[in-house]
Amino acid sequence: MRFLIPLIVFLLLSVFLAIGLTRDPHEVPSPLVGKPAPAFTLSRLDDPLRQFGSEQLKGEVSLLNVWASWCTACRQEHEVLLALAGRGSVPLYGLNYKDDREAGLGWLQRLGNPYRVSFSDPDGKVGMNWGVYGVPETFVIDKRGVIRYKQIGPVTEDVLEGVLLPLIRQLQAEEATA
Amino acid sequence: MTRLFLLLLIVCFSAPLLAVEVRQFAGPEEEQRYENLVRDLRCLVCQNQSLADSDADLARDLRDEVYKMIHEGKSEQEASQFLVDRYGDFVLYRPPFKLQTALLWIGPLLLLLGALAVAGHQARLRARYAGEGLSADERARLNALKNRLGE
Repeated sequence: MRFLIPLIVFLLLSVFLAIGLTRDPHEVPSPLVGKPAPAFTLSRLDDPLRQFGSEQLKGEVSLLNVWASWCTACRQEHEVLLALAGRGSVPLYGLNYKDDREAGLGWLQRLGNPYRVSFSDPDGKVGMNWGVYGVPETFVIDKRGVIRYKQIGPVTEDVLEGVLLPLIRQLQAEEATA
Repeated sequence: MTRLFLLLLIVCFSAPLLAVEVRQFAGPEEEQRYENLVRDLRCLVCQNQSLADSDADLARDLRDEVYKMIHEGKSEQEASQFLVDRYGDFVLYRPPFKLQTALLWIGPLLLLLGALAVAGHQARLRARYAGEGLSADERARLNALKNRLGE
């Protein structure tokens, strides 16, 4: 039986390495999950004279998508976001990250606007408070304004159906005052 | 022509100058604290580079933030906590010791102890059999085997 020990050690090691291969090192787990969304007040993309504050995120389950017109992966997920907005089951907010206002508005006009409201974060300060390090990123926020999930990278059909929507349905069933 | 050439030379050599960030420090001690920090913090975009090395946009923003905090007299601890709060322990090249990182810190020691245990065991086995030769009976069997193979 003793000769089996190296084999067992090898198999264990292989299992760990195999698990490691399935993980994306670019997905760094966010310490903000489970914490209240960092507060901000930004001017709206469509009307810079009007403000949008983070307290407006409270009261219902919402998605906050970090996007920019210079971000190619954002284009990838755009169709999915448009389809989601079409269903109207959850409000989608857009944090226009380090973008030029005109470029951002042009992008929405050209490709369609899935957002209830977009707001500009030209210097990325709010993005930094939200721990944004790669656009696009999408946060799921519950009724109390607590971040419950962070999607790093584009929202694909699979991510939406497999992860985001089930979570959103679950959060929508929760009590707002829990 | 010579002027044009000179101009070209100047343009060539001025590019690296632009890459250097000019920062004002209150003194060498403050500068040292800043330098230590950005070298010990990890960039999230180019994950194998420190904040100091990285050219990524975000790294520049984070350097600005670290500089601001140090310049305002905050401690290195506070500055790195600012980043940990937002990006997690991942930004630290020296992760703190806690349950999730216990294996990371103790792992090498465990491996060393394991290897020593195996080596000790082997040494004891060897010592036990070292003194013993073959008995007369065993020698006869060995010779018989040798003869059979030799034929």
